[in-house]
Amino acid sequence: MSDVLLKVEDLNVYYGMIQALRGISFEVNRGEIVSLIGANGAGKTTTLHTITGLIHPKSGSVCYKGQDVTHIPAHKIVSMGMVHVPEGRRIFQGLSVYDNLLLGSYSRKDKNEIKKNMDMVLSQFPRLAERKNQLAGTLSGGEQQMLAMGRALLSNPELIVLDEPSMGLSPLLVGEVFEIVKSFREAGKTVLLVEQNAKKALSISDRAYVLENGVITMSGKASELADDERVRKAYLGA
Amino acid sequence: MNFITALINGLSAGGTYAIIALGYTMVYGIAKMLNFAHGDIIMVGGYAMYLTLLAAGHPILALIAAIVCCVVLGVLVERFAYKPLRGASPLAVLITAIGVSFLLQSVAQIAFGTSPKMLSALKIGGFFSIGTLKIDYSTLVTLAVTVLVMTGLTVFVKYSKTGRAMVAVSEDRDAALLMGINTNAIIAVTFAIGSALAAVACYLMLTKGSSVTATFGAMPGIKAFTAAVIGGIGSIPGAMLGGILLGVVESISLSIPALAPYTDAVEFAILIVILLVKPAGLLGKMRREKV
Repeated sequence: MSDVLLKVEDLNVYYGMIQALRGISFEVNRGEIVSLIGANGAGKTTTLHTITGLIHPKSGSVCYKGQDVTHIPAHKIVSMGMVHVPEGRRIFQGLSVYDNLLLGSYSRKDKNEIKKNMDMVLSQFPRLAERKNQLAGTLSGGEQQMLAMGRALLSNPELIVLDEPSMGLSPLLVGEVFEIVKSFREAGKTVLLVEQNAKKALSISDRAYVLENGVITMSGKASELADDERVRKAYLGA
Repeated sequence: MNFITALINGLSAGGTYAIIALGYTMVYGIAKMLNFAHGDIIMVGGYAMYLTLLAAGHPILALIAAIVCCVVLGVLVERFAYKPLRGASPLAVLITAIGVSFLLQSVAQIAFGTSPKMLSALKIGGFFSIGTLKIDYSTLVTLAVTVLVMTGLTVFVKYSKTGRAMVAVSEDRDAALLMGINTNAIIAVTFAIGSALAAVACYLMLTKGSSVTATFGAMPGIKAFTAAVIGGIGSIPGAMLGGILLGVVESISLSIPALAPYTDAVEFAILIVILLVKPAGLLGKMRREKV
C-alpha cells in the first residue's frame, strides 16, 4: 500500500449555473509526480483551485494528509505544506526578486530555517540570485517561471501543485522546467502537475489522469497512458 | 517674497492633503474600492478631539484619542459595511461608501448639533520671520509631521513583512492568498492605517484654528481624493506628489488676487488637464486587463 498524501473524492464544482467538475475522484501518493491532462476547459485549473481552497466545491471532499481541507481558506493551506504555483506564474511584478521569494515564506516563522531555504533556492536558481534586487516584472518568461517555483519552495512544501509551468516558454526552457519538476521529486517532494504539453508531462510522471468536460475518463501509469491509442490520438498528436 | 510665503504655505497645506490622500490611495490599491467615507473619518476625529479636550484638556491626549477612535471606526466600517460586499459590483460598493458618509455626517449632526465647535486649545499661534518672510509655527509643525509620516510609511511598506504583504495584495489578491497571506486581515490593517492618518490630518488642520462641523471632512476629503487621482490612484508616492502639488497650486492661486476667488476651480481644472494628458495620473500605472 502506498502512502496517500492527497485524496480527492467526488468533487462537484459549479460556476454559477455551469457545472465545471462532475464527480471527480483521484489521489496522489507521497513522492509521486501525478499529471492531470486534458484539453482547454476540461476543468484542470478548476480542480487545482478547489484543492488549494481558492474556490469551494458544492459537494465532495479534499483530504490532505488525512485531514479534510475542503473548506479551509486558501491562505491557511500553505502552512499545512501544500503550495500552488498558479497558471501564468502570477509573480509580484512591482517587487524585487528577493521580496517575491520572501513572500513565499510568509506563513513561516523560523527565520533561520527560512534563511537556509533561501540560500538553497538561490543556489538552485543561480539566475535568480544574479537578479535578486531587480524588479520581478523585468525578468524574462522563463526566469519568471523559475521565480514562481522558487517562491513556492520557500514555503517548504511537501506537495507542490503546478498549473501549466511550461506555458509560453521556448522549447529549450520547457525542457529546463520539466527537469526542475523532476528535481522536486528527487528532493522528496510530491507534485501534482497540470500541463497542456501532455507528452512531456507523461514522460516525467509516475501516474496520470485524463480529464474531459469535468469528468475523469482515464487513469493509470503514465507510461501506459502514453502508449494508449486514444490518448495518443487526442493529446499526443500521433 | 510673497511667492515664497505662498509656496511654503502650499507645501504645508499640500502635506495635509497628502496625508489624507494616502488613506484613499492605499485603500484603493489594496481593497480596490473608493472609500468616500474617508473624509468623514476626519470629521469624527475632530469631534473625538473636542470631547477629549472637554474632559482632559491636553492636545496630545486629544490627538491620541482621535487616532484610536478613527482606527476603531475605520476597521468597523470596513468589517460591517464593505467586507460583506467583497466580490460585489464596484457600483454597489461605491454607493455603500457614500451611504456610510451620509450616515456619519447625520449621526454627528444629531449628536453635536449644527453649530461649529471651536477647538482653540489645538491652535498653534505665532510665527517667526526671516527678513520680511513670515512663517507660522503651525505651518512648520505640519511640514515636519508630513515628512515624518511619508518617511515612516515608505519604510514600513518597503521593509516590513506586513508592508510587503500589502504590496502583494494590491498587485494580485489571489496570488497573495496562495502565499498564505490573509488578505482580509491585510485589508483591515490598511483601513486602520488610513484612518490613523486621517486623525493626524485632522489634528494638523485644527492647528490652524479651524472649527469642527459635521461636514468638516467633506471638502478636504474631496481635495485629497483629487490629489490621489492626480498622483495616480493606488500609488503611494503618487498620493504624496499629488497632495503637495495640489496644496502648492491652491496656495499660489490664493495669493494672486485675480485668481483667489476661483481657487477651487483652478484646482479641479488641473485635475482635468492632468487626466487628459496622463489618464492614469502622474505616477499611476495603466492596468492591462488580462484576457
